[in-house]
Amino acid sequence: MQTAIHIPNDVSYLDYNGKYKGIFSWIFSTDHKRIALLYMFSMMVLFLVGATLGLAMKLELIAPGRTIMGPQSYNAMFTVHGVIMIFMIVIPGLAAVFGNFFLPIMIGAKDVAFPRVNLLSWYFYLTGALLVIASVLFGNGTPDTGWTFYAPYSFKTGTNLLPAIFGAFVLGFSSILTGLNFIVTIHRMRAPGMTWLKMPLFPWSLYATAWIQLLATPVIGITLVLVSLERIFGIGVFDPALGGDPILYQHLFWIYSHPAVYVMILPAMGVISEIIPTFSQKHIFGYRAIVVSSLAIAFVGYFVWGHHMFTSGMSGTAQYTFSLLTFLVAIPSAIKVFNWIATMHNGSLNMEAPFLWALSFIFVFMIGGLSGLVLGALATNVYVHDTQFVVAHFHFIVFGGVGFSFFGAIHYWFPKMFGRMYDKAWAKIGWIFFTIGFLTLYSPMFYLGMLGMPRRYYDYLPEFHAANILSTLGSWVMAFGIVIIIINLFRSAKNGPIAEMNPWHGKTLEWTVASPPPVENFENIPVYGENDGPYQY
Amino acid sequence: MVLININQLTQPPMEQVLNHTDQHYDPEASKLGMWLFIFTELLLFGGLFLIYSVYRYLNPEAFHLAAHELDTFIGAFNTIILLISSMTIAMSTSALQQKNKKLTIILIVTTFILALVFLVNKYFEWGIKFEHGIFPGSEHLINDFSQGEILFFGLYFVMTGLHALHIIAGMIIMIIALVKVQKEITNADRPVLLENAGLYWHLVDLIWIFLFPLFYLIH
Amino acid sequence: MENEKPHIVPYKVYFYILTALITFTMMSIGITHLNLGPYSVLGAMIFAILKSFLVLTFFMHLKFDQPFLRIMVSGVFLLFIAIVLLTFLDYFYR
Repeated sequence: MQTAIHIPNDVSYLDYNGKYKGIFSWIFSTDHKRIALLYMFSMMVLFLVGATLGLAMKLELIAPGRTIMGPQSYNAMFTVHGVIMIFMIVIPGLAAVFGNFFLPIMIGAKDVAFPRVNLLSWYFYLTGALLVIASVLFGNGTPDTGWTFYAPYSFKTGTNLLPAIFGAFVLGFSSILTGLNFIVTIHRMRAPGMTWLKMPLFPWSLYATAWIQLLATPVIGITLVLVSLERIFGIGVFDPALGGDPILYQHLFWIYSHPAVYVMILPAMGVISEIIPTFSQKHIFGYRAIVVSSLAIAFVGYFVWGHHMFTSGMSGTAQYTFSLLTFLVAIPSAIKVFNWIATMHNGSLNMEAPFLWALSFIFVFMIGGLSGLVLGALATNVYVHDTQFVVAHFHFIVFGGVGFSFFGAIHYWFPKMFGRMYDKAWAKIGWIFFTIGFLTLYSPMFYLGMLGMPRRYYDYLPEFHAANILSTLGSWVMAFGIVIIIINLFRSAKNGPIAEMNPWHGKTLEWTVASPPPVENFENIPVYGENDGPYQY
Repeated sequence: MVLININQLTQPPMEQVLNHTDQHYDPEASKLGMWLFIFTELLLFGGLFLIYSVYRYLNPEAFHLAAHELDTFIGAFNTIILLISSMTIAMSTSALQQKNKKLTIILIVTTFILALVFLVNKYFEWGIKFEHGIFPGSEHLINDFSQGEILFFGLYFVMTGLHALHIIAGMIIMIIALVKVQKEITNADRPVLLENAGLYWHLVDLIWIFLFPLFYLIH
Repeated sequence: MENEKPHIVPYKVYFYILTALITFTMMSIGITHLNLGPYSVLGAMIFAILKSFLVLTFFMHLKFDQPFLRIMVSGVFLLFIAIVLLTFLDYFYR
């Protein structure tokens, strides 16, 4: 960014407005830190919409039969809930918020490689989100296909699918551009002396993630385009009446959507790899193993998509090949868990909110991951496919993974981002309610799935009633926890006590700049000597 | 952690600053960014090639039959046009580096004209199909052709159509490059915009290199 | 990492590459007149692959760029091929 003006180093990014005034100094800003906050606030609003839909669904399921809505509405709810949560929250989530904010600082740079493209990413994000919302508010009825848009229903449904599909397509652009920006930033803008293997683990996770964003997203891009063309022109690629194969749609869809879950979880794991050394005041155990396993997850993750399709009608050979590859991809994740626990061993543990979130992340992620093995094994998959068991699995691993990590990250980096500290007691209370609520909400679904309760149904058999009541109660407790957390953070951002520069005694570069950071992060770009590196406790 | 704060200007790592009035110009970063974008285009079209290969495998005779409707001569002619245009834009970067502004502009304009010729050919090709009642969702296609043939034409229109859109995008990028070369904003010291425009154009050529045999050379 | 003087490719190199490309194009048309049965796809594709190799290496400058770029490009193509092969594990064995 070429400016003739010298930006003073004592002005924080929150106060410096540049050329524009008021809100325009935010929505036209190319400062990665402001863009991060733009993402964060848009996501917060969208998350609350998606969460409300989820709560409404749970309310419907508190009793068999119709409770507050009929089947068409329920179908619309789980569709929009999925589209929002997947495409607008968990896929962009950690990378767009914390990646944007902290990647440049953690590698000793003043911004990302292409700051204007970064802003463009956010514009695409907003446009995509608005298009999806438009599909709900206008037209022939809210989409009811599920977020998976399976053919042939996706081109036969009379509901207003085109804006939703187009919105998802535009959101894909946002993801691709962020990935592109991060790859170039990491390749070209690391501080002098910061070799690849001296880079902290959160940037490493963003690097692996960025490659998936870049290479996998175009596949769903073209697939969504084809669904639109099928709806408008009837080209036949997925229409059995014209010779098309709906299973081919599923292949194309999952060729992206499986790697997408690694886009979700890799930055989440990266955050955990930052929190744990800091709160154990100990060097991370197995730095290289974590680097290699992040790249391995990204790589192997491209080749397992078929495990979403075991019952679709694909060949036996495909079934067991994908099952085998699925088991392989679990290994690097397990390696990380061992490394995190080994880091904590004999460490000086600081039981504050970020660490509590990191610990509970490991717990719920393990449950989610182990249930994934049940789904990855062919013999058991046929029993639990399309049941509540799957719903439990992905909420544990995605919401548990990304959600707990997001809360951990915000509680970890809050003092750096806003210069103030939150109320630590209330932070722990919020965590307790959220975690208990989360476990109560999702654990019964494993049981229900094994008993045979299907997913995406607004009704169920009477024998499933008790477990459903427990689950819905859990949703309320969890929501209460979210409310506590949000109130605590908002109040503290405005009125919390001024935070010191390094309240958690971390050893990565973000803790060496002021809280909140100045606009260009560093007065002088740090230089790493031979003996320098992250996590040097 | 020991931080040595050296009071010096920001430097890209291990890199000589090319132009010390602008420490932020990093042509390698721009080139890498362009290549990464090209990767996304490869995967975008890759999805379509995947669909093509599945349906050709499942419907070999139908694809063979449907391909007779396409004119190999026009396809080959278009292929050669695009190959020549790739050469001209590649040459333009050499011309720019040798500070031959006039030749650079001539070469870019030539590339543009060749692209236009390609599009005109495509327009006529598609026009002939439409006249024969062959277009996505047409009654003639659905009623009188086998399923494999319907798929062939569906893929033909989508893939060549998407390719044509990329040709148009490439032409727009060429105009931008032309203007910047004319104004000497893009020059021998800052050639990266023209190089990246060239990379994009070669991508468009690359895609056609694969489209041509798959649609026109099934005999 | 980067030399001060960027490598300038002579015009005639580009011209020779073009002749090779046109030759391969003609050959790919010619090969369709041979009856290769199930390998006819391969016949046409071989020349497409050769042509793309020339475009990538010379026109797109990969030969004169840093090695990691060549590695990335190869990686992307290999990824695509792997995805195609995996998908065919379904269709081939149905």
